[in-house]
Amino acid sequence: MSTATLTPTPTGPVPVRTHSDEGRIGLRANLRHIGALARRNLLQIKKDPESMFDVLLMPIVFTLLFVYVFGGSVGGSMGGGRQEYLNYLVPGLMAMMGMNIASAVGTGVNDDFRKGVMDRFRTMPIARSSVLIAKIVVELGRMMIATLILLGMGFALGMELGTSVAGLLAAVALSAVFAAAIMWIFILLGLAMKTAQAVQGVGFLVLMPLQFGSSIFAPTQTMPGWLQTFTDVNPLSNLADAVRGLMMGGPVAHSVWVTLAWAVGITLVAGPLAVSRFRKRT
Amino acid sequence: MGDMTRNDRNPRSGTNAVEVRGLVKHYGSTKALDGVDLDVREGTVLGVLGPNGAGKTTLVRCLSTLVVPDAGHAVVAGYDVVKQPRQLRRTIGLTGQYASVDEKLSGWENLYMIGRLLDLPRKTARSRADELLERFSLTEAAKRPAMDYSGGMRRRLDLAASMIGSPSVLYLDEPTTGLDPRTRNEVWDEVQRMVAEGATVLLTTQYMEEAEQLANELTVIDQGRIIASGGVDELKAKVGGRTLQIRPSDPAQLAAMAQALREAGLDGIAGAQAVPDEGLLYVPILSDEQLTAVIGLLGNRGFSLAHVATALPSLDEVFLAITGEKSTHPTDTIPQEVAA
Repeated sequence: MSTATLTPTPTGPVPVRTHSDEGRIGLRANLRHIGALARRNLLQIKKDPESMFDVLLMPIVFTLLFVYVFGGSVGGSMGGGRQEYLNYLVPGLMAMMGMNIASAVGTGVNDDFRKGVMDRFRTMPIARSSVLIAKIVVELGRMMIATLILLGMGFALGMELGTSVAGLLAAVALSAVFAAAIMWIFILLGLAMKTAQAVQGVGFLVLMPLQFGSSIFAPTQTMPGWLQTFTDVNPLSNLADAVRGLMMGGPVAHSVWVTLAWAVGITLVAGPLAVSRFRKRT
Repeated sequence: MGDMTRNDRNPRSGTNAVEVRGLVKHYGSTKALDGVDLDVREGTVLGVLGPNGAGKTTLVRCLSTLVVPDAGHAVVAGYDVVKQPRQLRRTIGLTGQYASVDEKLSGWENLYMIGRLLDLPRKTARSRADELLERFSLTEAAKRPAMDYSGGMRRRLDLAASMIGSPSVLYLDEPTTGLDPRTRNEVWDEVQRMVAEGATVLLTTQYMEEAEQLANELTVIDQGRIIASGGVDELKAKVGGRTLQIRPSDPAQLAAMAQALREAGLDGIAGAQAVPDEGLLYVPILSDEQLTAVIGLLGNRGFSLAHVATALPSLDEVFLAITGEKSTHPTDTIPQEVAA
């Protein structure tokens, strides 16, 4: 037995290596890591197809429900009918679905991040943000599927595109950008709260007033003044207006810029907070 | 894969792959680590022995960059765990008490993913996954999701996952807790193989037997403090090596037997202890000669014996021996004194 081990010299640590950039992770490596982690999330979905039910059913259920329950009455007050409301509703639903998927990210993250595999990721030479970004990439993919189904439903029921395919694509892109920003908030929530149920509860309570207190489902002109004050500053109104304008025509510049500003602002604040929370979570 | 290991390792032989000085980590009022010092020489296995809640897992989590210590410092493979976590992560592997693999993914998918995260080219990641599954006898289960694996298979997959990057320092946090004896032996074989290939291992365990099987050196930890450390043989000698368990034909004779042994003053025997509840006499022994002497003495005195067995000391007995020793030498606050 080595006596050196038995009586270590407290003042003699191993010389510390000093190459400062040795641990840096380059952009290409980072993208590769995100790819490998996104593949993991996709494989999880493949093995658990039921996890796609929300994405497959949500656009169908919501479209049918709102068009046939509220369509006649709301559309009538808009000076048209059910058809008029369908054109109004589908862009709104596009904005809304991103929020619902984003809130599901929170519960998923909470579940996922209590598992042992996160320890492995956190002891590997990868940027810790890549685990979170991979999750967002895959969730955006899920959102795109939901959006396709929503548009399919809309066109099947007779929705008419007021602008062009380019406008439609811009609308989809804008709602994806905004949803990605909101996902950071829910990831932060998912990491900060103890249980997935708590995340779900908070998500529901926050999203409900934001979604209904907006121009997503109905025009805001008939709402009382105090509520209009809220709907005007509610970023979901801006998003819904922007998506609607891009798909159906009308002025869009203001609402698009406001939506993008919100998206960038939220990402810049919630993104680093979420990554740092992930880093510190023990 | 051995090449990478050798390149990563410090060229100077006999140096410490792990050096920990005064490491402290508190969770609220709980002192998980309360000033821990330890060394692991390159290419050796250090066993960290301690009961549940002793601070073993916190130690491993600090050394693998999962937890930032409150005070003290640690250098692993030449990297400071707090200041150079990113560099350090390239040279370490961790197999926890709870399998750190994705349960929904198959064994192969797990290993391939980890290979890609370690920047292996696709082809290399594929062949490395195949190779490690083969080595850990998991080829048949390669395509099944890890959640369907047995406890032992999961642990082996976890070890395989830790090996993909050919780490120069491996942390094994209670690698066989909860495994049946056969699976435990498989894991031990793998660990020994890794060490033979040049890895440095820090192993935490609750079992003296495991420490004896795998470790070159031992450190005993309790309540966040190191209470003893030294070579395995030294520590075993310290705690009496083995314990001889003797069951007399007549339980009433237990006390008389214990007294006879104590009065005989056999060389090197620390003391005999009668436990009437169990009908057993416990005698710590250091050698086969002592065993023979004890049995011989009892036979000469006319005691009739029904059953004789020897056992390695349990963790409890190790602790009893160490803490008992400490109380008779109150100045022995430096844990390394055990080896003296």
